[in-house]
Amino acid sequence: MSTTAVHNTKWWSGGKSPFNLEYGKVMMWYFLMSDAFTFGAFLIAYGTSRFATNGWPDPNHVFSSYPFKAEGSAAAPLVFVSFMTFVLIVSSVTMVLAVQAGHHQDKKGVVRNLILTIIGGAIFLGCQAWEWTHLHAEGAWWGLNPFTNADGTHATTNFTNFFFTITGFHGFHVFSGVIINIVMLIMTLNNTFEKKGHYLMIEKAGLYWHFVDLVWVFVFTLFYLV
Amino acid sequence: MSHSYNAETYAAAKKEIWKITWILSALTIVELAMGFWMYFSHGTMSSSMVMFLKGTILILMMVKAFYIVSYFMHLKHEIKNMIMTIVVPLLLFVWFITSFLYEGNSYKSLKNRYDKHLQEQTTIKVEEKHHSEAEHEKTAEPATEESSHH
Repeated sequence: MSTTAVHNTKWWSGGKSPFNLEYGKVMMWYFLMSDAFTFGAFLIAYGTSRFATNGWPDPNHVFSSYPFKAEGSAAAPLVFVSFMTFVLIVSSVTMVLAVQAGHHQDKKGVVRNLILTIIGGAIFLGCQAWEWTHLHAEGAWWGLNPFTNADGTHATTNFTNFFFTITGFHGFHVFSGVIINIVMLIMTLNNTFEKKGHYLMIEKAGLYWHFVDLVWVFVFTLFYLV
Repeated sequence: MSHSYNAETYAAAKKEIWKITWILSALTIVELAMGFWMYFSHGTMSSSMVMFLKGTILILMMVKAFYIVSYFMHLKHEIKNMIMTIVVPLLLFVWFITSFLYEGNSYKSLKNRYDKHLQEQTTIKVEEKHHSEAEHEKTAEPATEESSHH
């Protein structure tokens, strides 16, 4: 019988943490993996419906507006959603900067970057609220599709149903992420992590936030670009 | 924890973050450029070119996902056991996407072959109704109000 694990180089025979990660982070990864399957199921259902239908609305036609757009000015597809995409990328960057600041016990850096991340998330949510309101005013909602297919034929409501369901589910994730980040900010300001001696909690919030950004990469591409 | 953090690692980490930021931004700009290219060609582009551009956009999407997961979510720097426990289950998506899109396409072909009425219906051009409908409601509403007053 071996008594110590000092010379044990096998990961799974005890004495070592096989993933070399703390429990909470491993569990966050598994949660995100299950969430990836949920989003994947939504997006694949969308793809299946699109492949099973003869025509499909042109996203450049549907998403061609932006706030404060002058009446009668030229359609501007992709402009507003590009802005939203960059906001989310930048908020992801500030989040990873907050995580790094936490690694290096830089409380000021954590606070500053968390605030920036929260602002980015709030801007994104505001943009999405505007877009939903705009589309709703045009007559689009679950079960209602005022747009025709790209070739001018009658479109089913699949397009709006999937759009509102998937962006709504993603928006709800962004909203949760903003709440989580606000909680992290309050805990940081209360010196909770300083007293603990580490900022590992920020890392878990960070994983969640990056996942939200990751999902947007897919939603943005699949709904607005292709 | 085996990590040790100091001012040097802090600077290096920040440098890596900004590098990845530029890569993600550049990829997004390329994607958008392709999107605008397709838009401004106004249907004059050949369908194989459209397919090629859309395929390229999807590949760039996967590259962006790789950078976010590897660097922002730090998965690249975890040990192999951890990477495998995340990546291997996600391989199910390969089957998931392939079979469902194939199935959707097959459903469409079968419908078009055996339901000629439906196929005809999907070739009839219609007017977009949202603007005219909204105007309709505006003009219709005062009229009904008036009639209720009398």
